Amino acid sequence: MNIIVCVKQIPDPETPSSSFKVDEAAKKVIPAQGIAPVVNPFDPQATEAALRLNEADGGGKVTVISLGAESARDAIKHALAMGADEGVLLNDPSFDGIDNFQTAVALAKAIQKVGEFDLILMGRSAADWDMGVVPSGVGQLLGVPVVSVAKAIEKNGGSVKVERVLDDGFQTVEAPLPAIVSVSNEFGEPRYPQLRQIMLAAKKTVQIWSAADIGLGAEETGAANRWLPLEALYVPKVESNVEIIEGDSPEEKARNLAQKLRAAKLI
Amino acid sequence: MPGILVVAETADGAIAPISFELLGAARQLSAQGGGSVTAFVAGPESLGAALISHGADSVIAGTSAALASGTAEVLVPAVTAAITQSGADVVLLGQTSFGRDLGPALAFSLKTAVAMDCVELKIDGGRLRVTRGCYGGNARAEHTWKASPQVATVKPKSFDALEADAGRSGSTSAIADAGEARVKVLGTSKAETTGVRLEDAPVVVSGGRGLGDPGAFKMLEELSGLLKGATGASRAACDLGWYPPSQQVGLTGKTVSPGLYIAVAISGASQHMAGMAGSKAIVAINKDGDANMVKVSKFAIVDDYKKVVPALIEEIKKLA
Repeated sequence: MNIIVCVKQIPDPETPSSSFKVDEAAKKVIPAQGIAPVVNPFDPQATEAALRLNEADGGGKVTVISLGAESARDAIKHALAMGADEGVLLNDPSFDGIDNFQTAVALAKAIQKVGEFDLILMGRSAADWDMGVVPSGVGQLLGVPVVSVAKAIEKNGGSVKVERVLDDGFQTVEAPLPAIVSVSNEFGEPRYPQLRQIMLAAKKTVQIWSAADIGLGAEETGAANRWLPLEALYVPKVESNVEIIEGDSPEEKARNLAQKLRAAKLI
Repeated sequence: MPGILVVAETADGAIAPISFELLGAARQLSAQGGGSVTAFVAGPESLGAALISHGADSVIAGTSAALASGTAEVLVPAVTAAITQSGADVVLLGQTSFGRDLGPALAFSLKTAVAMDCVELKIDGGRLRVTRGCYGGNARAEHTWKASPQVATVKPKSFDALEADAGRSGSTSAIADAGEARVKVLGTSKAETTGVRLEDAPVVVSGGRGLGDPGAFKMLEELSGLLKGATGASRAACDLGWYPPSQQVGLTGKTVSPGLYIAVAISGASQHMAGMAGSKAIVAINKDGDANMVKVSKFAIVDDYKKVVPALIEEIKKLA
């Protein structure tokens, strides 16, 4: 199959809270010193799903698309090192500060430029804004069916059978191809790129497309044209009410904690 | 005349609790000038009474049998018809499996935005303004909308449902709209319930990379077993192969909200907090008194877990 995988580079969710800072005036997260951005943790599962489907199918092509800064090339390279074939980085100064809706529009246009596809795979959401709206959006914009939060995907002729994760269980659905499927962490561990693959990936092509290259008009991009304007971004004040359990020894602290927990009816 | 449309959902044929919370939120917005409250529900008109008694001014029932599949693509035309009929410029859904799919599909179809997982809503200058968590709870964002309707999904348990008032009255009407079902539902199953599921456990004891030793999980299992709970781990610990990924708590793992969460040697990065911040009471055992997990906890012991946990096990045995 011709599969398109969309990936995103985000600030590392393992960043200690103490290093997480926001520029409230600019309404932006300040990159933490010395902590490199990472691939959104759900996205390698989407790449893994694409590779497994094509391996089961006996061939195909996997194209990786990312919208982001120049550094997002690393997120694409990660997918290429896993085994994807080609990459496209959507990079334009006007993308700075755009929202998930504008991103969906840009991705849909980029996918149309890539051309024919059988399946589009994405992570179920990105761990920075955590909206999870882009798969639905690209589906609406391209007019293809959307299946969300997949834990297993199987191709059956001209359709895919998908096992989905619900709040309280699971659901099996069938969607005709072409379709969009968002993949959840329940899909299973993605493969880890080996050194040889990382070296091979360095030779794979990553094209860079601007807003103009994908036919995105000035009124469709730029933070000023957000569908969901961002009025404020801040770190909430956590009122720490912690009671540090004191004691002369670890054993005494443990005894005092056990008694506190019992008094609070927590045990 | 503006208005609010609550998209209700059902569970086993009855209105699901989240829908009553949405009506509670809608009544607050109505009091701030948001207009009247209409509820939409896919199902028979007989479901209308419960929605009216919990705060809806009127109800539109989507009675097409096709809506039973619950997929977003069949529901979008029905909800769109309800928006047109009610004149609503605010649409509220729950942040559930149902709302997570329907909210974005509806918004993109109407060429407007949806804010997901909102925890605060208000009418400000006649328009909706919402607050939601992002960056794994590290930050909060406030949003408005460029277009209408203003669609938002609401985090469960963010708003209180109103007490049912049988004295409230309102009309229920039916619409027959439904979209084409390209996605076919083949089957649905409930999650298995054998043993103590991490998500259902009343007590969860979790360990992180700070344990420094995979063998330490034996100690945590003894503690959680004593408290009839389950054992979890941070992503870092799972990535190191110290504990099965199925027991990972966090953004890319399980979400838990036990009565008591004991975090042993876990610093509290957003990856982990995203999976357990809803716990009723948190206990941190950590060498670092400045760790985020210590700050958010109710009780904390700042000391070496290797000495604290065995002592805590002995003390709890004495209390039993």
